[in-house]
Amino acid sequence: MTPRTVAELGASLRRGETSPAELAAASRGALESLAPLHPVLRYTDELTERQAARAARILAEAPETAGALCGIPFAYKDVLCVEGVETTAGSRILQGYVPPYTGTAVGRLLDAGAVPVAVTNCDEFAMGSSNENSAFGPVGNPWDPSRVPGGSSGGSAAVVAAGAVPFSLGTDTGGSIRQPASFCGVAGFKPTYGRVSRYGLIAFASSLDQIGPFARSVDDVARVFTAMAGHDPRDSTSSPTEVEPVDEQLERGVAGLRLGVPHEYMTEGLEPGVRTAVESALALLEKLGATLEEVSLPSTPAALSTYYIIAPAECSANLARMDGVRFGFHVDRPSLTDSYLETRGQGFGPEVKRRVMLGTYALSSGYYDAYYRKAQKVRTLIAEEFDRAFEKVDALVCPTSPIVAFPKGERSDPLSMYLCDVLTLPVNLAGLPGISVPCGLSEGLPVGLQVIGPRFQDARVLRVAHAYQGATAWHEAPPPPAPGAGSPTS
Amino acid sequence: MTLERDQVAHVAMLARLGLSDQDLERYREQLDAILAHVDRLQQVDTSRVGETAQIGGLVNAWREDERRECLPVEAALANAPRRRRDHFEVGAIQE
Repeated sequence: MTPRTVAELGASLRRGETSPAELAAASRGALESLAPLHPVLRYTDELTERQAARAARILAEAPETAGALCGIPFAYKDVLCVEGVETTAGSRILQGYVPPYTGTAVGRLLDAGAVPVAVTNCDEFAMGSSNENSAFGPVGNPWDPSRVPGGSSGGSAAVVAAGAVPFSLGTDTGGSIRQPASFCGVAGFKPTYGRVSRYGLIAFASSLDQIGPFARSVDDVARVFTAMAGHDPRDSTSSPTEVEPVDEQLERGVAGLRLGVPHEYMTEGLEPGVRTAVESALALLEKLGATLEEVSLPSTPAALSTYYIIAPAECSANLARMDGVRFGFHVDRPSLTDSYLETRGQGFGPEVKRRVMLGTYALSSGYYDAYYRKAQKVRTLIAEEFDRAFEKVDALVCPTSPIVAFPKGERSDPLSMYLCDVLTLPVNLAGLPGISVPCGLSEGLPVGLQVIGPRFQDARVLRVAHAYQGATAWHEAPPPPAPGAGSPTS
Repeated sequence: MTLERDQVAHVAMLARLGLSDQDLERYREQLDAILAHVDRLQQVDTSRVGETAQIGGLVNAWREDERRECLPVEAALANAPRRRRDHFEVGAIQE
């Protein structure tokens, strides 16, 4: 059966056909049947029960105040702190860490009555493009368990693709929402930098990180985004700019919009099946009344290098707090330095160590100007090129990923893994909103169409993606039943 | 440019990462390959632009200099691997 959307579940709740506790239990059952894919790290049982009761109370006592998410089950990535629920960022070094507070994004969903059910698997500290860097084991793609779901929010993408929850939360620093959304055939949205508070998000690269939703429909993505977006004084990089109401724009369609196709995104290394699917999507958008125009973002080839200086530099600073003194894994040694060395040496996985060292190197005396300062300047160029493109067009449309989901173990060379994000990470460098929506299959695997907008035009990005979904059915296609994985939601 | 093993050991020490000799060599090779790729940054002309650290256009985010509630001591210490009374406890900082 087709998994149900937030809107359908909400209607069912309001008609009294089901209860928040029942929906949560059904989601939990469906998630358990996905165990062979390993998308879930732990269940939030106690919180689930409490929230389901809270939602039930709102629905019974003040149904007119209940928002779209009230009573709706969801899962969130293991980098979002929730009071009383173990949060490990997919890392051994945070094993056993129980945050004493709840971050803003999840907190706002709780206030809206949404019901968390599970914490999803991810690459360690959100560093990776395949979910193979999780200290707790990789995740299988619901479309083909021998393939990766993408990363780093692989678990969050997989549970939505499999229909076990109507929506989930991920984080995106260089593509970690959009790329797994593309690989798993769901919608995944990275809002404008600063649009959703990062308070309570275990930081990877603070100038790039954003929290965002996965869902099947852009409609649902918009609902979750709306519940989370807006200024938060507890995150000093959270934008005080007013959030443009998405509702007003969502249904406006693409007729009359100018859509840019970045020339550089359509040339290098696109798999033929990806190209075909994306080109059909572009043709359809044109048929729906949009004007397509080729644009150029000439600094694109330098974006990967820029990102792989800035992100590691920031992560090397952010991860300095993982010291085994205040929380998490700890190796006891008589001297503090030895304790640090052993705690971090044993607690971090290889990719995290690589990036911490790369960042430490780029920030170290004698290399700072050549690497970090230089990368920050190239970042300016990249952002300016996007800004110039948006003087001519309303949004950009292109592939999310040059490739479809690849087999586990195929990209053991770090650089070949980094290349997966070549079409998503420029968007983070420029702080723009971007979404991936399914736009076809290549050799039986999902392909994602990426829509990118100007800063704070999140609503416009959702509008374009929604118009595309209104004319296509790719987002309704469930993955083929996986052998041994059981049937989700029945 | 080639990354030397000593440089990798120095960086690992700066980052407080305890690595085996075998690890050091593996990371040296990998980081060397990544840096070789990243070096293409040097070809980009950035003479006309400044640096970007904050992409959202924010300059400073101030708040009133007032006392606010903070985490209670017990909550702050709840995850401590080692504590003594109301403090985190660490090993010797000098040998």
